[in-house]
Order: sequence, then structure tokens, then C-alpha cells
Amino acid sequence: MEWEAVIGLEIHAQLATNSKIFSGASTAFGAEPNTQACAVDLALPGTLPVFNEEALRMAVKFGLAIDANIGRTSVFDRKNYFYPDLPKGYQTSQLFFPIVGEGHVDITLEDGTTKRVGVTRAHLEEDAGKSLHDEFPGMTGIDLNRAGTPLLEIVSEPDMRSAEEAVAYVRKIHSIVTSLGICDGNMAEGSFRCDCNVSVRLKGEEEFGTRTETKNINSFRFIEKAILGEIDRQIDLIEDGGRVVQETRLYDANKNETRSMRSKEEANDYRYFPCPDLLPIVIDEDYIDVIRDNLPELPDARKARFIEEYKLSDYDAMVLSGDHHMATYFETVAKAAGDSKLTANWVMGELSKHLNQNDTTIADSPVSADQLGGLLVRIKDNTISGNIAKKVFEAMWSEGGTADEIIEAKGLKQVTDTGAIEKIVDDVIANCTKQVEQYTSAEPEKRGKMIGFFMGQVMKATGGKANPGAVTGILKKKLDALCD
Amino acid sequence: MALDRSDVEKIAHLARLQIDEQDIPEYTKNLSSILDLVDQMQAVDTSDVEPMANALDAVQRLRADVVTEENNRDKLQSVAPAVENGLFQVPKVIE
Repeated sequence: MEWEAVIGLEIHAQLATNSKIFSGASTAFGAEPNTQACAVDLALPGTLPVFNEEALRMAVKFGLAIDANIGRTSVFDRKNYFYPDLPKGYQTSQLFFPIVGEGHVDITLEDGTTKRVGVTRAHLEEDAGKSLHDEFPGMTGIDLNRAGTPLLEIVSEPDMRSAEEAVAYVRKIHSIVTSLGICDGNMAEGSFRCDCNVSVRLKGEEEFGTRTETKNINSFRFIEKAILGEIDRQIDLIEDGGRVVQETRLYDANKNETRSMRSKEEANDYRYFPCPDLLPIVIDEDYIDVIRDNLPELPDARKARFIEEYKLSDYDAMVLSGDHHMATYFETVAKAAGDSKLTANWVMGELSKHLNQNDTTIADSPVSADQLGGLLVRIKDNTISGNIAKKVFEAMWSEGGTADEIIEAKGLKQVTDTGAIEKIVDDVIANCTKQVEQYTSAEPEKRGKMIGFFMGQVMKATGGKANPGAVTGILKKKLDALCD
Repeated sequence: MALDRSDVEKIAHLARLQIDEQDIPEYTKNLSSILDLVDQMQAVDTSDVEPMANALDAVQRLRADVVTEENNRDKLQSVAPAVENGLFQVPKVIE
């Protein structure tokens, strides 16, 4: 039996406003508990919401970026449920008339194929507070700083058929919201969160299987793992004669498995109704046109420009343009170094390797774009070789400083003075009589490979600082002179 | 539209209201009569009436995205039943 997965995603993107969606309290991350929760956020009696114009503008930007219908009239509804981190007893959200209607994004898969994924809708709503369950015995601590932070909930169509497609979609949405500057995209801090709806069916079936919703996934890698695990679990369950139960599951990154959340005593009944505290939001064509005219460059356009302007391969352009921070970083370095291929190799190679090893992102890279640019300039002008540059990069990563400072302090400047190199080459030839004899008695076409030994000796003598091109030339000349 | 006992129990549960067993018939009767009124209104033909959100036909006013609130935690928490380390304390809500 061949199975097929059906995946739909709900992404919550925190909008990067200064203040909350319905109050003037700050949305800054990491403040002391409840120091950014005002009377409105606490739902004290008599308070009323006033809608943040920037949250609206950001939502419209997103809608235009995914070619969606913008709701000319959109309405806030109350989603009613009780939980201590939701002091009003309802979440102000949008159900019947969302700000962003149907749209779509195109994703590119590893084999180069593209696929269109539908976005059903995106609506504005408020975030809830945070519950801390483990700090106090028998009690739960509530921090309402996050309560009222504006969220854009982006709901996809169940168009994805594999974990790879799902991750490509999430990356694309991430790339769009960060490029638009409407979300900082920080998954570790919860600014960008993803819930995955997964079901399986036999290939060729029309009907969807019963789906589960997995919450609490905070990295691209975990999204992939959680979906893969959930697909396997559902297939095993059905093949063993069981059936999938519609439920909410949590992803446990430590165990790499999903597990059922506390059993719900009954199906949710949110009793949505239009919020009487907020009037309909009505926007006109001019408002939308001004936003459309001022949209920044979007990921697809940026990728095309990278191929055109920097002569990058399709793959390199995709990797470098996908993340907004990565794209800006690449462009800054490429401009400083004046060599886009060299820049692409360093950003995707040495830099990405260090970022991955240290589990950090390019936005938090200890080596800035200016620092890396300065380093590549010194490779280009032959001050240092590529190998020495890696040492300089290491030093930059761990201790900071500019390339020039490190090269100076550690005495790494490449020796390009041919007189100095010739002297060292002479010494090496004088000290390695046996190898010189082997070289001179070898067939001429085999000599090319043997030169590596002498190269190594010269590099050893100079601490790797001799210009490799110059050394090869001088060695060849002197050794070949001995052959006649 | 007539509600039965289980409807009333469900509504009470969703609203987290504890109601006395003996009062349920009374609530059932009262809530049903409210719904009867709704039914009566539903019977009016409104097909050529534009929906409206309020009597003044106003639309939502927007607020500039500026932080205007200061930290008033001490004052706001002075009315809370239990506070620890700046956190509101509630009975544990997870097993």
C-alpha cells in the first residue's frame, strides 16, 4: 500500500509593532514579567480596545505580497475560551471577515521543481500571555507581557504532500514576512510559530484522512522531524488496524516524537461572534495602492536579481536570497569584496558552518558583514591565502577585530617578495637531496605531482604565509633547471 | 426554539458558571423564551436591508503605533489575590 500525507499549516507571525494591537503597552521581548501589561491587556473592567494602525498596514503588506484579496471591510470577532493567560475570557480574532483572503506562494523543492501552495486566509488577532507551570508547587505563574501582541495567523490550504514541501512553504512565508519587515522571524523567541495539520490517506484517495494538529514547533528542522514522525505514526497506527483520533499533539524535541496533549474533556466550542467593542475596519483603494507602491523587494524578485546581478547559480541564489538577513549580509560582503562568487563561497561555506556549529543565526553572527568583507578584500589583493584567511576568520569569530588587525597582530601577511621566497626554495632544495634526485630522474609528466612535496616544505618553512602561486612558479623553474 | 436541560448544563459549563440543580428548569424556560424572541425577529424579511455594525454607521478609528503605557505593575498587582516574583498566581492548570 502506498500512503500519501496531506499537510496544512497555520503560522502565527508576531507583527513587529512597537505597541500592542489594542493598547499602548510595549511589545519588546524579554522584559520583567508583567511590566508591559497595562489595564487593557489585563482586561480590567471598563477598559476598551483601540486598534493599532501599524498592525493593519503590516497585514495588508503581507496580503499584497502573496497576491491575496484584501478585505475592504474586515471585522474582529471574539473567540471564547477560558485559560488564565487570556484574561478577557476570549481572544479577539477574525473569523468571518479576515483582513487577508485567498492568496498563494510558490515554493521551490530540492530537485528544482516549483509548486504553488494556496493560502486560505490570514487574519489579525492578539497573542495570549505565558503560563509558567514549573516554578511554584501547585500554582501556575502568569506573565501577561505577551498578551495583546499583534499576530497574523496565516492559514494554508492542505496542499502539501511531504515534510519537505511543508518546510519549503514555512521558509517561504518566513522569508516574505522578514523581507517585508513585518515580523522579526525569531523562532526561538516565539515570534514565528507553526502548527502542523497532518493526515494520511492511500494514494489516489479523494477523501482526507482524520488529521492531527501538532503544536509547539520552534525551528525549521523540528517542523520537518515532527511531520515525518507524525506521518509514520499515523501509517503504523492504521496498518495495525487502529484509527487516527482527531486531537492536538505536542512535539517533544528531546525525544523527537509527538505526543497527545492533555485529553480535552469535550470538543472546543468557541462561540465566535462579532466583537461589540470594535467597529468594522474599512479601507479604501488609495490606502492599498500606497502600500503596494511602497512594498520592498520580495524574495522571488531578489533571487532573480541575485542571478542576474551577481551571476550566481540558481541554487546559490536561492540559499542566499531566502533569508532576509542572509541576503543583506551577502550583498554587504559582496560589495566590499568585489567578488560575488568568492563571497557566496564564504557565506555558504565557512560562515554557515560556524553558525550551524554554534547553533546561531546570521542575524546574531559574531562576524559582521563588514568584517568578512574586509577579510575577503585581503584574499583578493593577495595579502593572505585562502587557508590563512580561515585562520583569520577563526580569530575574528572568537575574539573579534578586523582582518587587518588580526593579520598584523599574528604576522600572517603573505610573503610575495620573490627574493625571500627564492632563498627559502634554495634552502629546501639543498636540504632534500633525496627528493630532488627522485624528481630529476622521474618522467617529466610525473614531476607535476611530485612538486607538492617541495611546496609543503616551503609552506612549512614560512608558516603557510608564502604566496602559493609564486612558490609553485619558482619551485618549478629551479627544479626543472636541475633536470637537464 | 426550546432548549432542554442538557443545553443549559452545557452553556453553564462553557461559561464556567456553577448553577443549582433546582434552578435548571427556570433557566431553561427563560433562555428558551429569549430564543423565541430571536425566532420572532428572524421571521422579518430583511433581504433588502444593508447589514450595519452600529446605528451611526461609524468605522473603526485607528491608533498610532506608539508606546504610551508605563510600567504600573505594582499598582495593577495590588488588587490580585496572589502574586509571586512579579507573576500572577493561579491554581495549577496543567497536570
